[in-house]
Amino acid sequence: MAQTPATPAQADEAQLDPRLVLDEMKKNGVTHVVWLPDSETNFLYQLMEADPSLTLVPVSREGLAFSIAAGLATGGQHPIILIQNTGLMESGDSLRGWTIALQIPVVLMVGYRGWTRHGVNTDSAATYTERFLNAFGITYYLVETSADAPRISIAFEEARRTQRPVAVLMADEYHGFNR
Amino acid sequence: MFQTADMLRIFHAYRGDAIVVPGRGGRHWAQISTRPTRDVPVGDPAMGGHAGFALGLALARPAERVVLFDSEGDLLMSLGILPTVAELAPANFYHFMLDNECYATTGGQPVPNAKNVAYDVIARGCGYPRAFAFDELSELEAKLAGILGEPGPVFVALKVVPEVENVPIGQRTRWQTRTRDQVLAEFRKEFGLAR
Repeated sequence: MAQTPATPAQADEAQLDPRLVLDEMKKNGVTHVVWLPDSETNFLYQLMEADPSLTLVPVSREGLAFSIAAGLATGGQHPIILIQNTGLMESGDSLRGWTIALQIPVVLMVGYRGWTRHGVNTDSAATYTERFLNAFGITYYLVETSADAPRISIAFEEARRTQRPVAVLMADEYHGFNR
Repeated sequence: MFQTADMLRIFHAYRGDAIVVPGRGGRHWAQISTRPTRDVPVGDPAMGGHAGFALGLALARPAERVVLFDSEGDLLMSLGILPTVAELAPANFYHFMLDNECYATTGGQPVPNAKNVAYDVIARGCGYPRAFAFDELSELEAKLAGILGEPGPVFVALKVVPEVENVPIGQRTRWQTRTRDQVLAEFRKEFGLAR
């Protein structure tokens, strides 16, 4: 069961400022956001849409995001994939074939549906997320609050260095899916 | 229906300097193309993704024409790509689709409702401003210059003769002339792109 913060101050500390997430994207030269809306990362949408330096590429099933990102990267652009953990698991073969096999250095920003630090997980989407990433050998970084935002740059740097996809798990417990 | 190789030979005359993603037509295109560094035969990384890959290339290289030879089996796996293409509407994207009504590389089993799917209608319904379907090569040849001469995105469904393979995958003759890594490295070099 997801817990709610005890006080307003605790809630503020627990939140992730979407402006910091956008700053991390821009700092790392992201040109295209290939995405499917989800509860955890919905907070980013309006900011991204208003930013003229980003092109949003909407998909209707998450697996499509991987081949699109591969084409963008092959053509010299710098995409990021923004999806939910449920869709990530749906996308296994596309992740394997279009990004790992083609050595595409892309960051997967994944809404961590069901994640809870303070409660007890009751959502199988959360149960299998990290197991899935481990099965594919994808390293990942947990981002819960604004203090964690610099970890996004660590993921970008690792993707560039290893020429592989690297995941960032957006586990904002208090104003995402678990709100 | 017509032969894929015959169609590609006709297309070659109009190719110019377009980037070509040959998809399931790769085995023939490798013998026809005279601009291999602008070809991106990545094989079959994961079925259903060719259109997404070509869309990404088109968005990344807006000054270049990008021509894709998709297949109906691939597209059926990812029909949702069509509204994404239509929304972004890359004027440099030319989406051809080889429809042999079957999964040729697995022995020729029919795709769902193989003979009764109007892919051009689906594409138009998803928002492609232009969509065509051809089952006679002479008709395609007569209209190809016009199709390629206008801005995309455009969708072109082509009825082609199945080239069914029943030999186990490990025993098939390799048609690729370059490895996937070589293809991507030469493509990047062609466009001056860093790894």
